[in-house]
Amino acid sequence: MTESCCASGGNIMILACSGGSNVGQLSNQTAVELTREGFGKMFCLAGIGGMISGFVQSAWDTENMVVLDGCPVGCAKAILEQAKVPMKNYLVITELGIEKNKNFSLKAEDIAKVKTAVFNTCGVKPAGLSPLPLKTGTCCG
Amino acid sequence: MDIKILGPGCSKCEQTAKIVNEAVAETGVDAKIEKVTGVMEIAGYGVFGTPAVVVDGEVKCVGKIPKKDDVKAWLKK
Repeated sequence: MTESCCASGGNIMILACSGGSNVGQLSNQTAVELTREGFGKMFCLAGIGGMISGFVQSAWDTENMVVLDGCPVGCAKAILEQAKVPMKNYLVITELGIEKNKNFSLKAEDIAKVKTAVFNTCGVKPAGLSPLPLKTGTCCG
Repeated sequence: MDIKILGPGCSKCEQTAKIVNEAVAETGVDAKIEKVTGVMEIAGYGVFGTPAVVVDGEVKCVGKIPKKDDVKAWLKK
């Protein structure tokens, strides 16, 4: 019997709008970096939007999630609403004082700002990259 | 009916398989139960974690052990 089959980067599902603007791409890059750093796992919002059962059910069953929208259009939020997935932690990047534009040269300081907002939204200290206190083996329930 | 249990084989995956087998036996449904243990094949279902249960191609639960009554309800549909 495998003991490590449930090991993962963390059980926080990270959903980013990944839209076609600086703030959309900031949501994407933040999700990528938080996954690399072990805070949680980026998950495929497009799969939920496509109503593919594995993705929709995963969003339904996950214990914790954070949803990143770049701007108030709220595409990520709308996708979850359409799939009737209850949203747990939500932030809009333009509300952090970052203006929406088409400049895709992302600034490290903006990414850091979004990360801090994610930590605050999820109740994690901004200074630490360690995830929320998790129950062992949460990915397997 | 085609049932797949996704998971490389931890204790929770085994517990899920046990519950699914019991539910099938108790309802008398004609079902083929298959364990899917390959990481790539599991990834093809788009699930965030394991164990997961797939009934006739539709993912019914992810990352937790299902309740037997829930499994029975899936078998009725």
